[in-house]
Amino acid sequence: MKLKKTYALTPTYCEVCFWKCAAWVHSDDQGNIQKIIGNDNDPHCNGRLCPRGTGGVGMYSDKDRLKKPLIRTTVDGTDTFKEASWEEALDLVAQKMQEIKDTHGPESMALLKHGSPGSHLEHLFKAYGSDTIGEPAYAQCRGPRETGFGLTYGSWVGSPEPTDIRDTKCLVLIGAHIGENMHNTQVQEMSDAIDNGASIITVDPRFSTAASKSQHWLAIKPSTDIALLLSWMHVIIQEDLYNKEYVKQYGLGFDALKDHVKKYTPEWAYGITTIKPAEIRKTARIMAAAAPSTIIHPGRHVTWYGDDSQRSRAIAILNGLLGSWGNRGGFFFKEKISVPKFPHPAYPHPKWGWHDIGENYPYAEMGITNEMIKASIPDENNKYPIKGWFVAGTNLVNTIPQKDIIEKAIESLDFMVVMDTMPMEITGYADVILPECTYLERYDGIRSAPNREPSIALRAPAVKPKYDSQPAWWISKQLGNRLGLADYFPYEDFEEVIAWQLKEMGTSLEEMKKIGVKNFKRKSGDLYLKKGQAYEFGTPSGKIEFYSEDLASKGFDPMPVYTPHDTPDSGFYRLNYGRSPMHTFSRTINNPNLSDLTDENKLWVNPKVARIEDLKNDQEVWLENQDGVISSFPIKVRITERIRWDSVYMYHGFGHNNKKLTRAHGKGASDTELITKIQIDPLMGGTGMRGNFVKILIDEPSKDIVL
Amino acid sequence: MKYAMVIDTLKCVGCSDCVVACQTENDVPVGYCRDWVTESVSGTYPSVELELKSERCNHCENAPCVRCCPTGASHQTDEGIVLVTADECIGCGACIASCPYDARYQHPDGYVDKCTFCAHRLKEGQLPACVSVCPTKCMYFGDLDDPTSLVSKLLKARKHKVLAPEAGTKPNVYYLI
Amino acid sequence: MQEEIFISGRNIPKIDPYLEVWHFPISLYLFLGGLAAGIIFFASLFTILKKEKEVQTTIKSAMIIVLFALVIGLIALFYDLTHKLYVWQLYTTVRIESPMSWGAWVLLFVTIGSFLWVFSYFTEMFPKWNWRFEWIKKLETYFIRNRRNLAIILLPLSIILGIYTGILLSAFNARPLWNNAILGPLFLVSGLSTGAACIILFSKDHFEQRLFSKIDLALIIIELALIIHMLMGMYAGSAVQLEALDILVGGEYTVMFFVFVIILGLIFPALLEGFELMGYRVPVAIPALLILMGGLIFRMVMIEAGQITRYLY
Repeated sequence: MKLKKTYALTPTYCEVCFWKCAAWVHSDDQGNIQKIIGNDNDPHCNGRLCPRGTGGVGMYSDKDRLKKPLIRTTVDGTDTFKEASWEEALDLVAQKMQEIKDTHGPESMALLKHGSPGSHLEHLFKAYGSDTIGEPAYAQCRGPRETGFGLTYGSWVGSPEPTDIRDTKCLVLIGAHIGENMHNTQVQEMSDAIDNGASIITVDPRFSTAASKSQHWLAIKPSTDIALLLSWMHVIIQEDLYNKEYVKQYGLGFDALKDHVKKYTPEWAYGITTIKPAEIRKTARIMAAAAPSTIIHPGRHVTWYGDDSQRSRAIAILNGLLGSWGNRGGFFFKEKISVPKFPHPAYPHPKWGWHDIGENYPYAEMGITNEMIKASIPDENNKYPIKGWFVAGTNLVNTIPQKDIIEKAIESLDFMVVMDTMPMEITGYADVILPECTYLERYDGIRSAPNREPSIALRAPAVKPKYDSQPAWWISKQLGNRLGLADYFPYEDFEEVIAWQLKEMGTSLEEMKKIGVKNFKRKSGDLYLKKGQAYEFGTPSGKIEFYSEDLASKGFDPMPVYTPHDTPDSGFYRLNYGRSPMHTFSRTINNPNLSDLTDENKLWVNPKVARIEDLKNDQEVWLENQDGVISSFPIKVRITERIRWDSVYMYHGFGHNNKKLTRAHGKGASDTELITKIQIDPLMGGTGMRGNFVKILIDEPSKDIVL
Repeated sequence: MKYAMVIDTLKCVGCSDCVVACQTENDVPVGYCRDWVTESVSGTYPSVELELKSERCNHCENAPCVRCCPTGASHQTDEGIVLVTADECIGCGACIASCPYDARYQHPDGYVDKCTFCAHRLKEGQLPACVSVCPTKCMYFGDLDDPTSLVSKLLKARKHKVLAPEAGTKPNVYYLI
Repeated sequence: MQEEIFISGRNIPKIDPYLEVWHFPISLYLFLGGLAAGIIFFASLFTILKKEKEVQTTIKSAMIIVLFALVIGLIALFYDLTHKLYVWQLYTTVRIESPMSWGAWVLLFVTIGSFLWVFSYFTEMFPKWNWRFEWIKKLETYFIRNRRNLAIILLPLSIILGIYTGILLSAFNARPLWNNAILGPLFLVSGLSTGAACIILFSKDHFEQRLFSKIDLALIIIELALIIHMLMGMYAGSAVQLEALDILVGGEYTVMFFVFVIILGLIFPALLEGFELMGYRVPVAIPALLILMGGLIFRMVMIEAGQITRYLY
């Protein structure tokens, strides 16, 4: 067996998804990466990476990577890209950014970002004078739950979620599919919970992996979750099962809540959710019996039907009734250590920013990407015109619904630059493409994430950047120099910044290179509340607000109510989507190691539906949604008992149409292109995406249909 | 010393980390795999059951692949690990045809390859790559001849099964059910 | 509804969706090996029974065919190996539990034995040939004198040659179509029958032809009985064996099996040979060629169909 010996170990933290597990990169004496193994001391992974982290080697070795800067040009009348030097590309980007600053103001240059590279560019943009910054992870993903929990407890759920799953006695998953979303710590702790005999209750129209490990699976009718939550509250309050001491000490508005849920009986909920009343009562009692070591999981991607902040608030309230917030087996108080900012001149004050763009959404606490996209379309009523985009680390067109609006916005822009590691679909729209190197080839900011104990992790380059790619910090600095912002980048190599920061924090770069992860002692008090401990929550009243005066004052429902949502017409099925544990959305589909596991998604179809539609396993079908949009590529059918007859299910992130992604092109269908109807959350602007319905086409649709 | 692997199907989520870790640890070419994950679904909605299993060579006690090898390249160590000595393998394919679990394959370099229980890691006191990486910690590895080992204790305490027991191969990979 | 699927994308070349490690080279070798075994068997048998004068083709020209068959068969086997440079490892050890190891050694000795046999008859067949060297002529005399001893060695070797491939395949309980103990005797009888057919084809002597027609007819009847035995065995077997049976009687290989192997390869030539023995004039080449074709196709079907069936999944 010809095995290479490990020559060097370099600490890093993974960038394949947002969980940022710390790891060791094993390289051989030729400088090639052999494997990536988790750091044992890291609370995010405990020495075990998920399949995407382990497959991170593929991100480095993928031959389809962006290799050189590319500038859009026209050759013989056709739009194409020409390779350019970094000098040329950076000069052009800086020139255009300066033009926008001079003509419209720096506010009109927007940054749409995700992940570690985003933080370098954010610094550049703030120095440049723009606060027009947004990330899809807010309005397209977890934004509503931060609002919902923020209104109830005064603090975000955050990432990683402070769920004490390893000590819980009852885990309730409502629309969370732990095990298929490989949120590393959560999956590991759920496994611990199973070992400890915790009961798991899963509410999901689909028989998810988590459902298969649950003692109770409530096969709920899609879009009716708030009804179930309200009727659980009803049972727990009516049967006196709630945590009386906790509610008395920390709660506000309990009586209003009790009154509010009086009519939401299990029988009422049965008619809406199709879950039997006995089942609702039984599960409510189990939850209450385990309290306060019960977790009603807040979920992660919660932008479903437009009333998502209220649904998250219902989850938060239910947790509050059981007393799980701040108790062992429920939610602990997370703590993170702050990383000192490398000294730089003060940022200028922009005239307007993401906050103003989202002004219609009073509870938006980050940039609402879809609003920023709309603001990029010229309109005389648009107070905040955006003229240029810098897109970093996010494949916008496969992430944000309503592709036609995105394309319209892009067409109206003066300039668009995309920074990415792979030729993702978004790069096809850019004026300049900047090839970023992968996380394995660069330094990045110190990871400081909130956990049970504050912990930091170092990312150091294990290998030199491949091809002509460069790290984001270098790109930001180069642009900064060209924009006259050199004062904001008073260093030659980002390594200096990290070395300084680590020294300030009481450690050193040498030490971190040896240990990779450093955990600190808590300073902010205990993980959990002590019995009877006085505690001030971050809400206006300082208490857990079952009734929110703030919401009432702004004209919203102070307590969640159930609103029925659209259901599919006959012949249509609700389009449900979710994660594959082997992939991170559309980012990893082309990764050679991971596409080897799953290179296409399949359409899960109930056998009854298969009989009606006359489908066979692995048959290729096309999907047409309620607005007449047809999927670009066919998708194979998987006939399975795991899905309801009124829905179909597919993994998100497939159906790539960029031919440069040789392994991903044309494989499976894209759910995003079929999401054309969105329901906006009035509180924070999140885009609810689960209200789209599709019908199944057996024959290949005619090519001359205009999409 | 009898090495065995015990996998808890109640905890496995089918993430296939074991497959990727094995690939990077053992230089398995993309397109091939030494281990794989299967899903069994039974029942009718909404009374459905799901079982996820990570499968590989079972390092059988009564291994047909060792018996049928004409050169002895396919052999079993004293600890019960079935290995293939690449320089003795002629690539006849008999062992591939003999395995009821279809665990073996022809490596592009010509010899026959399969899971080795990461024998090279066991020598250094480490566990096989798949066991070390599994995020749900549902995989256990150890010596069945030692009654105090974790694997022995698990098999005593929990219900378990093996794959295709009727094939008579006496596999050494057990699934807790 | 029951679902059993791979979810980690397992699609190993030549293993999924079904086994594809052995193809035409192996089927060809099985056919040629069986053919050679048959001819050597008869040549040795008649030599031992001191009746070689009556079967001149058998012991002379047919044995030359044996040489070609063995050499082409060995080349086919070598071609099929994927790690060819290490083929010599076969001859560094004898593994009793591995039928392939027996086969490797038996093939070695049978090939050498057949060469020596033909060598001993060479001057008889080609009188104009002159072995130039004295030591070769001395060797020749030695083997001409020891033909009977050579036959005694070659007879059991030929039986092993004819039967071991069947035993090899039947030992794979992972392939339900092959996992049938009758496969060994079936391959042996089929080999003998193709050997006899080959002799009929090349013989110019009427007595020899009639003799081998009778022998062949008997062998075909036994072969048919064994095939029925095999099918009945699968029919009474487990679920995987029923699936395997289905490939032969209700699936992809049904036509190949029944038309080309059973009817055209066995029953029809048997009838022709029967008629011929009854006195009707039938050109002997026809049944002989049909039997040879049937033997080859039988082995092709067994190899291809056998790899489609598997134990799990």
